[in-house]
Amino acid sequence: MGINEKIKLLTGNEAIARGAYEAGVKFASAYPGTPSTEILENIAKYRDIYCQWSVNEKVAMEAGSGASMAGARTLVAMKHVGLNVAADPFMTLAYTGVGAGLVIVSADDPHMHSSQNEQDNRFYAKFAKVPMLEPTDSQEALDLVKAAFNISEDFDTPVLLRTTTRISHSRSIVKIGQKTELPVKKYVKDSRKYVMIPSHARIRHQAMMERWEKLKEYCEDPGYYDIYIPPKSSKSFSAAGIGIITSGISYQYAREIFDGLPILKLKMTNPLPENTIREFARNKKLILVIEELDPFLEEQIKLILPGTAVAGKEYFPEYGELSLAHMKKVHSALFGIDFFAGQDEGNISLNSSSFTKTVSVAGISRKENAALENLKQLSIKKLSTDLPPRPPVLCAGCSHRSVFYILKKLKVAVMGDIGCYTLAVLPPLNYIDSTLCMGAGLGQALGMEKADPGLKNKVVSVIGDSTFFHSGITPLIDNVYNNALGLIIILDNGTTAMTGHQVNPGVGKTLMGDDAVQIKPEAIAKAAGIKHIRVVDPYNLKKLEKILREELARNELSLVVCRRVCALLQKKSDAETPTIDPLVCRQCGVCMKFGCPAIELRDGSYVINSSNCTNCEVCIDVCKHKAINAVKR
Amino acid sequence: MNKIDNNSINYNKVFKIVSENSESSLKKGEIISILFAGVGGQGIILGSAVLARAAINAGYDVKVSEVHGMSQRGGSVEGSVRFGKKVFSPTIDKADFIVALEKLEGLRYINQLEKCGFILINSYEIYPSSVSSKDVQYPVDIESRIKEITGNSLFINAVEIAKGFNQIKVSNIVMLGAFSNLLPFEDENWMDAIKESVPGKAIDLNIKAFLAGKNIIK
Repeated sequence: MGINEKIKLLTGNEAIARGAYEAGVKFASAYPGTPSTEILENIAKYRDIYCQWSVNEKVAMEAGSGASMAGARTLVAMKHVGLNVAADPFMTLAYTGVGAGLVIVSADDPHMHSSQNEQDNRFYAKFAKVPMLEPTDSQEALDLVKAAFNISEDFDTPVLLRTTTRISHSRSIVKIGQKTELPVKKYVKDSRKYVMIPSHARIRHQAMMERWEKLKEYCEDPGYYDIYIPPKSSKSFSAAGIGIITSGISYQYAREIFDGLPILKLKMTNPLPENTIREFARNKKLILVIEELDPFLEEQIKLILPGTAVAGKEYFPEYGELSLAHMKKVHSALFGIDFFAGQDEGNISLNSSSFTKTVSVAGISRKENAALENLKQLSIKKLSTDLPPRPPVLCAGCSHRSVFYILKKLKVAVMGDIGCYTLAVLPPLNYIDSTLCMGAGLGQALGMEKADPGLKNKVVSVIGDSTFFHSGITPLIDNVYNNALGLIIILDNGTTAMTGHQVNPGVGKTLMGDDAVQIKPEAIAKAAGIKHIRVVDPYNLKKLEKILREELARNELSLVVCRRVCALLQKKSDAETPTIDPLVCRQCGVCMKFGCPAIELRDGSYVINSSNCTNCEVCIDVCKHKAINAVKR
Repeated sequence: MNKIDNNSINYNKVFKIVSENSESSLKKGEIISILFAGVGGQGIILGSAVLARAAINAGYDVKVSEVHGMSQRGGSVEGSVRFGKKVFSPTIDKADFIVALEKLEGLRYINQLEKCGFILINSYEIYPSSVSSKDVQYPVDIESRIKEITGNSLFINAVEIAKGFNQIKVSNIVMLGAFSNLLPFEDENWMDAIKESVPGKAIDLNIKAFLAGKNIIK
């Protein structure tokens, strides 16, 4: 293969961005969310595409709808739960259709690597009767984005491109192509298409049903599926009469482990190609449907194949991710063959006599070998379990830490939100009462206070700067309007940190690097009528505690902005790292309860690790015995 | 350069055997799976990108699985690279090789090592937040535990070597340099991979770090 300008090793997200570029996309919008974030970050590298971070997914989709009406090919990207936020425009866009092509990317997160749920967004495509494509690697991601734009324009519909974490965040080889130059089509007024009053919407709903029937024929196009037939020479089980139907990342696991079975890989999974599925199933005794999460394909295929045995969720769980290991188990269950047997010679084995513990097992009977292997596994288990866990933590110097440290001291209930600060729920702080969705904490605090007056002055809500703009403003107004008496805390670290430091309306920069008005949450709160607004640097622990105590005691709604830029974006100060004086330290452990990863217990003493410490010096005020000292020179 | 404390083992010979075994597996059409383990922020994504690029340059199909998002914040992280004639799954079941950028993480992931696999460990300690009282200690005997589990292991003080370049961050590339002895790639496959994967002004530093790792046992 060698080095070739056209051969790239791209993540699924990078390939989607490349596909958008090659498809002639002129407008792209998103709100950052793992695992979708890098799609827009990569589109931003193509200077001839206008792209933006919107405040949330709903606005991103609405802006995208406008761009499509105006005649520009448009891509809108979001994580799975983002489509909940954007569901309102999405469901009716399926009625209006598009101007120029409109492709919506939903990046789902099975196993919840970085999410609050693992909903299966394929149902959104079925729900809205919108065509859906699912790539199985980065090359297909690129190709299917381009195909999606053609479908969108040919059928006058938004198209959903659905990925999962392992597609978005895996790299594979991609051959890149040329950009299609497309002019922006001229905007044409068409109120019967775009103004969804009931009389128009009834007509559009019928148009949608006609489109659906056409799509059911179109999806039989061989460009939208592949059939793998195992070579006759291989350890083929096709005689067993089993065929596999699968899509997305599940295809890769299936293809690697079940390479002796025929496989129908679907690239378009809404609508399903019924004739192709029937044809594939002909003369087969069992169709095994391999998919992550819900039995989305399986339930439909059972209806398409009434006379054929169809299995799926008997073998594969409805939660989490699939894996090679799980495929091997199912393979053994189906064929009664131990997949692990006979594998030893194939992989790297060492015969050097210096490797006493891992000598080749030749010459030992399989039974003895199995017994030895069991012993070995037990010993590995014994030696490598009960290790101290390493959960993700708030970084050294993180400005959120002080706020949760004080809130814990004040013994209030903390209605939380989604961002780095959600990590405060983990030890040693353990101090968040709820995390539901973006913006939820403000409404939850209001509800608690109204439901139980005894909770007055005992509940606060916390929300980040980016999440405040995302969906904190409407519940803030709801608090004001309904005479709430609580305390709203904005954790303003000047960035969208968790997803990798994207700009937001509080930063004063756009995704494309242009200057923008820097919007202050406190200005919005003031305009909404909150009378008591204070801004504090959370590095000043004493002042922070004083202000939070005062505002909590107040019998009116108040807002405190805790403002300090994310520690990862600050330059480490030139000050020397503070030290813990072992003669003064009484080993009380309070500094460890603060939870800064730069403070360590080494050989029975508390020490500050200078390579990790950011010199924020907050810990100096945490120690009651004044054992932590700033180094003065 | 740094001395290896495991003097009794002739690692030159070992590396040659492993590298030859890798080559014959690849010739049979098998896939080689590498697991990177470490702590969020240690450079697993760059390390896996360079390895993957080297595999492409050597003429193989390759897939990489990365972890982004929440677990990055100082948590235990893993990433994987698989290469061969044709690769399907980007994630692994068992690893033929583990490259651990931190000692405790090496031990944590060792149950994923293939029976005859090989593990390289950076003998560097990053204390997790859970080591906060006298009840939870950072294990002092990680090296001996790993050696008891498998003789196919090598500890490397990559951070010390990286400190020699005043750049502790390049310890990931030092580890990769040492690991390169176990794979049947040409030197130029690696050099090109580094040039393609790091920004222009960092190329020299990363090549030096790579070579320091590669020459560790000479």
